[in-house]
Amino acid sequence: MLNDEQIERYSRHILLQDVGGAGQQKIVNAKVLIIGAGGLGAPAALYLAAAGVGTLGIIDGDRVDLSNLQRQVIHFTPDVGRPKVQSAKEKINQLNPDVNVVTYEDVVHAGNILDIIKDYDFILDGTDNFSAKFLINDACVMAGKPYSHGGILRFDGQSMTVIPGETACYRCVFHSPPPKNAVPTCSQAGVLGAIAGMLGTIQATEVLKYIVGFGDLLTNRMLIFNAKTMAFRNAKFNRNPKCGVCGENPTVTSLIDYEQPVCELKKN
Amino acid sequence: MNIQINGKVESFVAETLTVSALLVAQKVDMPEMVSVEVNGDVLDRDAFGTTVVKEGDTVEFLYFMGGGRA
Ligand SMILES: [Zn+2]
Repeated sequence: MLNDEQIERYSRHILLQDVGGAGQQKIVNAKVLIIGAGGLGAPAALYLAAAGVGTLGIIDGDRVDLSNLQRQVIHFTPDVGRPKVQSAKEKINQLNPDVNVVTYEDVVHAGNILDIIKDYDFILDGTDNFSAKFLINDACVMAGKPYSHGGILRFDGQSMTVIPGETACYRCVFHSPPPKNAVPTCSQAGVLGAIAGMLGTIQATEVLKYIVGFGDLLTNRMLIFNAKTMAFRNAKFNRNPKCGVCGENPTVTSLIDYEQPVCELKKN
Repeated sequence: MNIQINGKVESFVAETLTVSALLVAQKVDMPEMVSVEVNGDVLDRDAFGTTVVKEGDTVEFLYFMGGGRA
């Protein structure tokens, strides 16, 4: 049961017919894992903390760098040099002391991911590289964990939600990681900071929709937007029967640590 | 033919085109970074040269996007 303080704190949720007291209770009971406390994970973590998600897991092996602050809004200038998970946990608990924050100062790999995700109801992919994105997809499909995919580049963003066994997964659309020489190098990449906020909050919204159970999730479709034109659209697709992990004859039966392209510029 | 590409109707003189030719026509300079779907079905990468699009088809080019910390 929500106490008086919670009823006041979450009153703008409770007023929503689609959420109400029962929906807020589901949020308070939920366990969500955010992989990557960077551009996408930072806004997502803040909004999910504000929303009252009971347990927030945060996994990131990096320390805060000055160049992160342009978009990773959970980290502040005095945090430069500190582990991102520590910095994130502090802000989350200042925003909402009721949130139980579980930190993992680590990166996901084939050897640890299944053990980490097993405790959570929903996984949010806030990572920046394709080896992690495929690993998260495959692990979530194998473990039957729903998750939100997010990607950003320059002025574009995209997101889809995967309900394993029911809806198309990332590998249904993108069969395998792109060739290393095709991935934009750091100097070509870049991203408008506010776009990370746009996409991270879309992902947080999907988490809350899934937990409470209202609306239509971003399943079997990719939401794609371009900030220059501010055009948003949905690319719809079907599950791919030939998908390597969720298709009829899966070829990916154990998790893979793909090699990551090395970035020439200073990392992050 | 008229086909819908990424939500926009595009006109072509040719009556049909292979997906490979379409990628060239649309000036997609890094096809390795694109996943293509026709009428909702995602194509195998090695089927770009043999899959033909025709009048009324809906085509989506989906790009790899990293993000977060990139
Ligand atoms: Zn799949």
